[in-house]
Amino acid sequence: MERRRTSSPSVAASAADSGAAAVRLGEAGELPGTNPVNMAHVESPPETPAPRAKRGVPEGLWQKCEGCQGTIYRKDAEEILNVCPQCGFHWYVSAAQRIVQLCDEGTFEEWDANLRPTDPLGFRDKKPYAERLVAEQKRTGLSDAALTGTGMIRARRVACGVTDSSFIMGSMGSVVGERLTRLVERATAERLPLIIISASGGGARMHEGILSLMQMAKVSAALARYSQAGGLFISVLTNPTMGGVAASFASLGDLCFAEPRALIGFAGPRTIKATIRVELPKGFQTSEFLLEHGFIDRIVARKDLKSEIARAIDYCGG
Amino acid sequence: MSRGLHRLPLEKPIYEIEDRISALESAPLGAQQQEELRRLKREVVEVQKRIFGSLDPWQTVEVARHPDRPKTSDYLSLLFDEFVELHGDKSFGDDPAMLTGFAKLDRHKVLVIGHQKGKTLTERQACHFGCAHPEGYRKAMGKMRLAAKFGLPVICLIDTPGAYPGVGAEERGQAQVIAESMFLMATLPVPVVCTVIGEGGSGGALGIGVGDRVAILEHAYYSVISPEGCAGILWKSADHKAEAARALRMRSHDLKSFGVVDAVIEEPPGGAHRDPRQTASRLKNYLVRTLRELVAQPPAALVAGRYEKFRRMGKFLEPGAATA
Ligand SMILES: [Zn+2]
Repeated sequence: MERRRTSSPSVAASAADSGAAAVRLGEAGELPGTNPVNMAHVESPPETPAPRAKRGVPEGLWQKCEGCQGTIYRKDAEEILNVCPQCGFHWYVSAAQRIVQLCDEGTFEEWDANLRPTDPLGFRDKKPYAERLVAEQKRTGLSDAALTGTGMIRARRVACGVTDSSFIMGSMGSVVGERLTRLVERATAERLPLIIISASGGGARMHEGILSLMQMAKVSAALARYSQAGGLFISVLTNPTMGGVAASFASLGDLCFAEPRALIGFAGPRTIKATIRVELPKGFQTSEFLLEHGFIDRIVARKDLKSEIARAIDYCGG
Repeated sequence: MSRGLHRLPLEKPIYEIEDRISALESAPLGAQQQEELRRLKREVVEVQKRIFGSLDPWQTVEVARHPDRPKTSDYLSLLFDEFVELHGDKSFGDDPAMLTGFAKLDRHKVLVIGHQKGKTLTERQACHFGCAHPEGYRKAMGKMRLAAKFGLPVICLIDTPGAYPGVGAEERGQAQVIAESMFLMATLPVPVVCTVIGEGGSGGALGIGVGDRVAILEHAYYSVISPEGCAGILWKSADHKAEAARALRMRSHDLKSFGVVDAVIEEPPGGAHRDPRQTASRLKNYLVRTLRELVAQPPAALVAGRYEKFRRMGKFLEPGAATA
């Protein structure tokens, strides 16, 4: 929390030096959506917060890979940007780590870090939302599921937003919507290329009810203005990007890139299965599936993301 | 007065009186029975007011989904002097779950877009119970562009459990089209008025919901997720749907208090399905009044106003800011 409140270099620094402690097993994957047609699909985070390792003490030396089910020596994956050395599956990376991977060292300056989520509905399920927020903030060190700001990518200044799937499944409530909208507006005013990296299995956050749904319209409207002003928006879809996030800003890029084998879609696979009662095709709702059906411009491996973005900016006159 | 085949348990006291009224009316009446009939007719309105005036959140969902509730197709004949259907998305197909066409409303020529649930079982299955596919949203977008080009105001009638979840829908870009539709609506240079007439199911509703004005019928709902879906995820069981419906604050007056809808259109005492004509007349009043106000605005002012309307939505804290 504390480090989020301060701006720029601290984010990069804290991300870098939290090292292994910041790496957690991606919680993505299968979503128990029981309803067909909703913007919020995903299981909320575990009731008991995952143990948070102390600085310098790894959470575990080994990690099971979601892609190949192999038990992987964690350090080997970390060395290649949290990608499985055996099967190439792209593991979870935190928003702060993303920034480190993407931006030139020390160039990122966070915007709107002081925004804080609140509980507009007085929502409670098994647990009050207000308590859930505090627990999530404590567990992740984030104030909410998105981090926005400006930085340099290979010496090109960009506006840049990242969602973090570990904070209530990366779902979009009012703070995520507001941070992204301000990011887009500022990118419009300052004529900056815009990069948003999505990792949001949770879609629109149901704990903020209809206000979360409206964030989809709010961010999309800001992107429409940005586009009319001639801005270049590169949307990067990562594992997982579902529901109301997929059905708003993440699909509105002038260019849509996806990391390999990410789960991307509108309705959760279990929801679809429950509705149509047939087996889903192999590879359904993966990056490769979306590419095949024409919704993704390029599948880009994590190691190439930075250079691919820089090149696209150059082509589009940035 | 409706003699619908579909009787919600919450309406039982109303049906009991209505049945007595029909029984009385079916035979010749003496003076005493006439008096009884008048009394029952007064009583039934009182009971309707009492029941529909205190629906709980889950009951509201049941009313919003009532099979006899007027649908987009009903409003097409009740609201408009003419409706000229326009089919097809010029790309894949013609989704019956999304109705589009020219219409005349009072003295305005407009373009209407509405979710269609269907009446008979065959129709309902063809419409996937009001769940549109990507081609439905593409059709809506195509007609919106037409309206923008020729200066026709757009009227949207929202009534969907949500956009269709299926293999084909994903293959054809369900997420993409909903995003694009909001993106398009945000800059349409013509008046856009949206009304939730029944179910405002999540992104499928919002996909035709970005308007200069957004209204809702009193017993309709509008939510980020269905109560069953929410209960399944957060309570791990759809049995908790009533609790979820309460927690989500999805009813008309809640939505008004959040600034998500501009107007709540009151329904007749026993709900829209008891008097579709009166419901439509109130909705028509609202639409005509609103259109009159909006058509007077230049396109740039409309687009700017629409942006500001959605821009304000959301609630968060901003410690240290000059204007929190
Ligand atoms: Zn692997």
